[in-house]
Amino acid sequence: MSRSNVFDLIGPIMVGPSSSHTAGAVRLGGMARKILGEEPVQGTISLHGSFAKTGKGHGTNLALIAGLLGMQPDDERIPEAIEMAKERGQNFSFRIADLGDVHPNTVKFELLGKTGCHTQVVGSSIGGGAIVIREINDFQVEIRGNYPTIVILHQDLPGLVAQVTLLLATAQTNIARMLVSREKRGAQALMVLETDEKIEDAVLALMRRLPKIYQVLAIEPLE
Amino acid sequence: MRAYEDWVIEAEHRGLKISEVVYQSEMENLQQSEQELFQRMSKNLKVMRESVAAGLSGERRSLSGLVGGDAAKVEFRRKTGVSLVGDQISGVIARALAVAEVNACMGKIVAAPTAGSCGVIPAVLLTVEETLKVSEQELLLALFTAAGLGMIIAERANVSGAEGGCQAEIGSAAAMAAAAAVELAGGTPRQTADAAAIAMKSMLGLVCDPVGGLVEVPCVKRNATGATIALAAAEMALSGVRSAIPIDEVIDAMGEIGQQMPCTLKETAQGGLATTPTGRRIRADFL
Repeated sequence: MSRSNVFDLIGPIMVGPSSSHTAGAVRLGGMARKILGEEPVQGTISLHGSFAKTGKGHGTNLALIAGLLGMQPDDERIPEAIEMAKERGQNFSFRIADLGDVHPNTVKFELLGKTGCHTQVVGSSIGGGAIVIREINDFQVEIRGNYPTIVILHQDLPGLVAQVTLLLATAQTNIARMLVSREKRGAQALMVLETDEKIEDAVLALMRRLPKIYQVLAIEPLE
Repeated sequence: MRAYEDWVIEAEHRGLKISEVVYQSEMENLQQSEQELFQRMSKNLKVMRESVAAGLSGERRSLSGLVGGDAAKVEFRRKTGVSLVGDQISGVIARALAVAEVNACMGKIVAAPTAGSCGVIPAVLLTVEETLKVSEQELLLALFTAAGLGMIIAERANVSGAEGGCQAEIGSAAAMAAAAAVELAGGTPRQTADAAAIAMKSMLGLVCDPVGGLVEVPCVKRNATGATIALAAAEMALSGVRSAIPIDEVIDAMGEIGQQMPCTLKETAQGGLATTPTGRRIRADFL
């Protein structure tokens, strides 16, 4: 285990019973909501491994939906999350799935937002409430929600990464981590940047105007 | 790799409590002021108190229906004054059950160090508070002592049932609570180390074999027994009883035992109590 701090050992404040199956599940739902970028109205949630096997007794279903509704892991309304979603007319269904060679506590969200956006997110709860998002719309990523993050869908062509990082440099935004992946040479590609500072809306607007950039998504860190 | 012994030596050398050495080091680590750290810890203590109170009322039941109401039974017997083990021990049992029940029933708790072991530290600290009338500030300091030891355990071994079995969760919580209780009772930094070592030694080898994979059976009751072990260890250390094996070596042994423990006994519900005929039946009935 990497170096911790006192509040990792006395804390976090959370709704039980399990940091991985409950608190981590709320955070996974929360990240999926942030990645969708709007209120989800419909979704299919696929549970894998231990989430599928022991999720019921840990309230994992409730916790995942609580996250999708925007709750934090210490929200005492988590046990009522499914009821709340129904009242709001949000329709989420669960299924058990084999998501392949992934962490035992893995979930896949297929979400439809209120303005019609579709997103597919795969994430894992890796212990002690920590999470990692592994896949967005079939692209491999690694987002832990510790930093402000931008996800950019673009065409794979020379110089584009440089243009994006130049915009960040000009805004005095420091990049903590960066990951690039692509379907194949010259096809669609994905850039994931984690930054130390919050990324200003103006910078995001400039990125969206760059040629061959299809989508720019800013994800705030988890609380 | 850090050692608890280094903190003991520093505290002795500077005439400080372990808690003071810990929070000063954390001010630098987290880049936060003393006031910020104490405010954050104060929120944890507040939720600990609330979870004890909520659990003692005994109104909630867990999703499986297996857990709930036992803390209230112990508290009722304690209040009638017929307790076999006296007020402190029955108090620590009731409080530890209370918080662990709240956790199992999807109530709000403070992971300490984990959700599954969340009852031990609040039970021990609030029982010492009742016995010795310590101040709020002293309780907050004691939480830093507990957390400091927890950091050392997490660095040298782990605090996860999936990695190290129950000894890593309830065992760590008992050690952390024992160290904190000694400091609250006015013991020396050295005595906090001895208490922690004695508590953890008492729980070495304990497996994580939850029925149905749920944080219910035997987890809730192990919080209560872990808390009594913490008080017993603190009492020994405060009397001057030393641990023959120093705390850092005990922690390393715990980590090693965790590695040697088969996977079936590390939170997978594939062995131990989980696969007893009754354990299997409970699982089948619920899942």
